[in-house]
Amino acid sequence: MATTISTPAAPPRDIKAALKEAGFAALVTFGLCIPIIAWGTRQNMENVLVLDQRWEAVAWAVAIVFVGRLLVVLRQQGKAERKSLVRFLPHGTFAFFQRHSGFFSALGLGFLITFPLIAIMLTGWGGALKWIDNFGVQILIYVMLGWGLNIVVGLAGLLDLGYVAFYAVGAYSYALLAKNFGLSFWLLLPLSGILAAFWGMLLGFPVLRLRGDYLAIVTLAFGEIIRLVLINWVDFSNGYAGISGIPRPSFFGIPFNASDEGFAAVFGLEFSPLYRTIFLYYLILALALLTAFVSLRLRRLPVGRAWEALREDEIACRSLGINTTNTKLTAFSIGAMFGGFAGAFFSARQGFISPESFVFMESAMVLAIVVLGGMGSLWGCAIAATAMIGGTELLRELDWLKAIFGNDFDPTKYRMLIFGLAMVVIMIWKPRGLISTREPTAFLKEKKAISSDMVQEGHG
Amino acid sequence: MEVFLQQLINGLTLGSIYGLIAIGYTMVFGIIGMVNFAHGDIFMLSAFIALIFFMLIASWFGAGLIVVALIVVLALAMFFTSLWNWAIERVAYRPLRGSFRLAPLISAIGMSIFLSNFVQVVQGPRNKSTAPMLNDSITLINSATYSVQISYKQIVIIVTTAVLLAAFWYIVQKTPLGRAQRACEQDRKMAALLGIDVDRTISITFVMGAALAAVAGVMYLVLYGVVSFNDGFIPGVKAFTAAVLGGIGSLPGAVIGGLLIGLIEVMWSAYFTIDYKDVAAFCILAIVLVFMPSGILGRPEVEKV
Repeated sequence: MATTISTPAAPPRDIKAALKEAGFAALVTFGLCIPIIAWGTRQNMENVLVLDQRWEAVAWAVAIVFVGRLLVVLRQQGKAERKSLVRFLPHGTFAFFQRHSGFFSALGLGFLITFPLIAIMLTGWGGALKWIDNFGVQILIYVMLGWGLNIVVGLAGLLDLGYVAFYAVGAYSYALLAKNFGLSFWLLLPLSGILAAFWGMLLGFPVLRLRGDYLAIVTLAFGEIIRLVLINWVDFSNGYAGISGIPRPSFFGIPFNASDEGFAAVFGLEFSPLYRTIFLYYLILALALLTAFVSLRLRRLPVGRAWEALREDEIACRSLGINTTNTKLTAFSIGAMFGGFAGAFFSARQGFISPESFVFMESAMVLAIVVLGGMGSLWGCAIAATAMIGGTELLRELDWLKAIFGNDFDPTKYRMLIFGLAMVVIMIWKPRGLISTREPTAFLKEKKAISSDMVQEGHG
Repeated sequence: MEVFLQQLINGLTLGSIYGLIAIGYTMVFGIIGMVNFAHGDIFMLSAFIALIFFMLIASWFGAGLIVVALIVVLALAMFFTSLWNWAIERVAYRPLRGSFRLAPLISAIGMSIFLSNFVQVVQGPRNKSTAPMLNDSITLINSATYSVQISYKQIVIIVTTAVLLAAFWYIVQKTPLGRAQRACEQDRKMAALLGIDVDRTISITFVMGAALAAVAGVMYLVLYGVVSFNDGFIPGVKAFTAAVLGGIGSLPGAVIGGLLIGLIEVMWSAYFTIDYKDVAAFCILAIVLVFMPSGILGRPEVEKV
């Protein structure tokens, strides 16, 4: 609808045209709402499907679209170009962050390292468990997954919709090997990564010749195949029931329990479940930082430069003698390896895994984190993961919304709805993600970051 | 032999539904080169719309004239589903034309997530079932051990699919609209220079794809009598497999691919294990894309620099 508005040299606002446009949008909304919102299906007491009428919801939707469209059109009329439709941050904000990125990185790192202490100080021993576990560990797992997938999607430009498959490989590797063979966490962590990387290579080799969107669909298919096999091969993975009683990681041989050899007793502390959580927090923090460090360093190696070149123009790469299949394969399997690490950590933290944790939505969520943050940007991924996962956790806390929308209002229901919409909106508003600058690794005299909108992307 | 015949009938019924969805994928891919990831969810949405209209008609006029009700519901579902897909194209895909390569695909994935969760929020997460309809069947072969039957709903599904395919085939091949579509498929810029409204043609392509998906949605509801908010994903991927197998961009290819996928799925369930039927479909997708990317009827893709 935006494209139909012509903007002659910014005339005084044409209210009539705006009303017409908004009325049209409202009419379409009414049409969209008629079957699906106006009547809700519901099982009644006799378990028979009945219809509820909900015209007030339709009225709300139509009114919101009408007013919103009117405001957007009126705003656009006053402007010559529609580029700056939405601007939350003043000009130069990103450039400012870019210039002082060292300072902000140190600040962020300092906050992450002291986060458990801050949580304990602010909420006490009882409340800190929730904050460190639900917010700290949960967000960091997704930050790590985002950074791992960022190598595949952001650096090499390969759209991978089945990343969760490697997460699952890592998780099941740890769970099965630790439970059946009693191997320790510290041995299995690298092993899970290696196994995931191996699977990445195995799956990647035949499919990496495909063009971008075909590759996306095939990786999706592989993700689903692995999940379906985990569900159906009951002897191997115990099917839907999952694997429980997975051994927890120990502090270099000292277990976290209330016994005399436990962590608390050895260090002369009072027993608390918080120690394990704090340990897990630092563990995932270290793993995430390892991912970030490796991907930062890899960008400066020839293979990293080849990835980025491949993302920009595959044909040019091939003409310059880069072996595109091998280059893609390294990106794919290194990304898979970090997925495997995260998976091993996940199963060690949960103590229970089932195929339910490795559905397509999980892949889509990690992809959304990478895309929304800005492909290739580590900061962007971290911010997007914090906003999305932290936002989800915060939705659980928003009890006061019930006072407005009634008692059966459940904010968490809207989580994925908002994710989906956010993906669409970000693609339209800022197709390169929130942080969309490209930082060159090779430069003349001075490093200048440019907007990635200026980079033409080839096909691959 | 009787078992095989029965499975053939079942497979053709299921395959017709996949074929109808696959046409939407193949037409959109042909004209703008984008995998419309949300198409499976459009199909699911149409099944919900059909469910609501079936219930409305049943409560207003009673459940007497099932055939009339079916035709009315078909028309209404086609209209409203088309409206949805038209609006989605306008809002989520059109502004991205000329953006970078993966932007429309990511936007479509977002739309797919949005649609399935939207239906979950407004209609609830439980399976929704209708009263069974068109339950009688004709016995074709009656042997001592096994009787081959074709039910009325299977006949309705196969006949409706065939009629609609003929109609759409006619539109694409013989009308000015179809000519415009084929022109846009070959070269969008040139078509625009020759006076074709490219945006409008693309919109109509989305509308047609949604209309056929709506038919598939109604048929799915008639066949299984139950629908839930996440029913769009697996049929969507299978229909995409069908489109790829038949050669993406080719209309008859999509139908052939759909029928093949339906047959393979049903035969696999009958003769091997039902647990791995989805794995079989996904494996076919991977194998076809790797070894035969142009499909059965597709043209090989030429890389342009």
